[in-house]
Amino acid sequence: MTDETINMLLAVGLAILKSVVILLVVVAFSAITIFIERRMLALWQDRYGPNRVGWQGVLQLVADMLKMFFKEDWTPPFVDKLIFWLAPAIAMSALLISFAVVPITPEWGVVDLDIGILFFFAMAGLAVYAIMFAGWSSNNKYSLLGGIRAAAQTLSYEVFMGISLMGIVAITGSFSLRDIVEAQKDGWFIFPQIIGFLTFITAGFAVAHRTPFDLPEAEQELVAGYQTEYSGLKWGMFYVGEYIGVVLVSSLLTVLFCGGWYGPFIDVLPWLAFPYFAIKVFFFVSLFILVRASLPRPRYDQVMAAGWKFMLPLSLLNLIVTAAVVLM
Amino acid sequence: MELAFYSCGLVAIIATVAMLFSRNPVHGLLYMIVSLLAVAMVFFAVGAPFAAALEMIVYAGAIMVLFVFVVMMLNLGGEVELLERVWLQPRTWVLPAVLSAVVLVQLVSFLWDSAPSIAGQEVSPKQVGILLFGPYLLAVELASMILLGALVVALHLGRREDLEEGDGQ
Repeated sequence: MTDETINMLLAVGLAILKSVVILLVVVAFSAITIFIERRMLALWQDRYGPNRVGWQGVLQLVADMLKMFFKEDWTPPFVDKLIFWLAPAIAMSALLISFAVVPITPEWGVVDLDIGILFFFAMAGLAVYAIMFAGWSSNNKYSLLGGIRAAAQTLSYEVFMGISLMGIVAITGSFSLRDIVEAQKDGWFIFPQIIGFLTFITAGFAVAHRTPFDLPEAEQELVAGYQTEYSGLKWGMFYVGEYIGVVLVSSLLTVLFCGGWYGPFIDVLPWLAFPYFAIKVFFFVSLFILVRASLPRPRYDQVMAAGWKFMLPLSLLNLIVTAAVVLM
Repeated sequence: MELAFYSCGLVAIIATVAMLFSRNPVHGLLYMIVSLLAVAMVFFAVGAPFAAALEMIVYAGAIMVLFVFVVMMLNLGGEVELLERVWLQPRTWVLPAVLSAVVLVQLVSFLWDSAPSIAGQEVSPKQVGILLFGPYLLAVELASMILLGALVVALHLGRREDLEEGDGQ
């Protein structure tokens, strides 16, 4: 083999290794978020939370996972098997694949696509199918109602989620997330694009189906919504999928609005890139949990009306004003 | 790239045929989603990532969701599968299939002679935007008018009667 071939193989191997590391870290962090959320919710609600297994309950996650793995994975006889099995796989993989376009540090990141943001929208659009298919294939009225709610809600909120980011695209002139981070070297987009930030974070909560937008699984009305018929590992995939959504939206908020890996002294101390990124992501994950601890769940028609009649016009206005400023 | 083009094209064709012959409406829609995703991959392979992303967002991510939504609400069960079996007799589809095959042969033979190479140059989103708001401005404006018309119609159909009475109309 010539030197060129060896170098190429090494580069490919390194890229694959980096992708696998990022994948594992994302899944592991999403799983740990479950434990962090339970402890933080407990803290804010003035109770203990899971603190028995291991030091301060850190091994609770292991116990939960062992339970999940060894539970009977029951497929009810009345379901549509193909689609019933497909739904959890889509739920977990669609948002996980979106991580491919998230730039973590100047060196780390799976791929830098020209259409980065659009790739995320495409994957978020496909993630809807997980819930719809789960709701339909379960052959259960509560599942179906949960699936229909989720589909209507996600579709409505994805419309202005796209528009809320177009202000940033207009300023940077690129869909690539890496270019967007580079453009924030001297100032984060959260300040000029504060309306874009507020609309995107709302849409992010809705797309990740987190409180206050967790109506698809509102337990007072719908048992467990689209997850009602799921158990064992398949239910676990939905559960982890939800937290992957939380981590993904947090990373996107970091990358799009809070300067990604940029922070003080990054020029002299380049190794700070990953700590900065991680701290910002952790901040937004905590915000997700704090919102869940503090906000009640609105009525379904209020959610839809707020999306179409308030958030959509607001994000359109933000786009028009940003375009006018850019053109001036 | 050629390998990706041909394999995704094959997937698209198989998924579309499977969609036509599937008896369960939701399974049919699933095949159609796969077909649209494969077409999006074909766009990627020929160097049109923007078109591919839009194909995924608009067709696979929005329009097909509405299709699945409606089919879910209709609650189609075993009766529909029986009905499909009755409708999908060979005498229904053989003649149209033969006629379409003739057209397909002509299309392929035409493309065969003037076969352009698959590895086209990559078209960036910016170039697409410049073209849309340059030479194709009229088409964009006409499309926006059609969409506005559709929006007005949807608003009219979605209006509730009791609210109109309340307005004294």
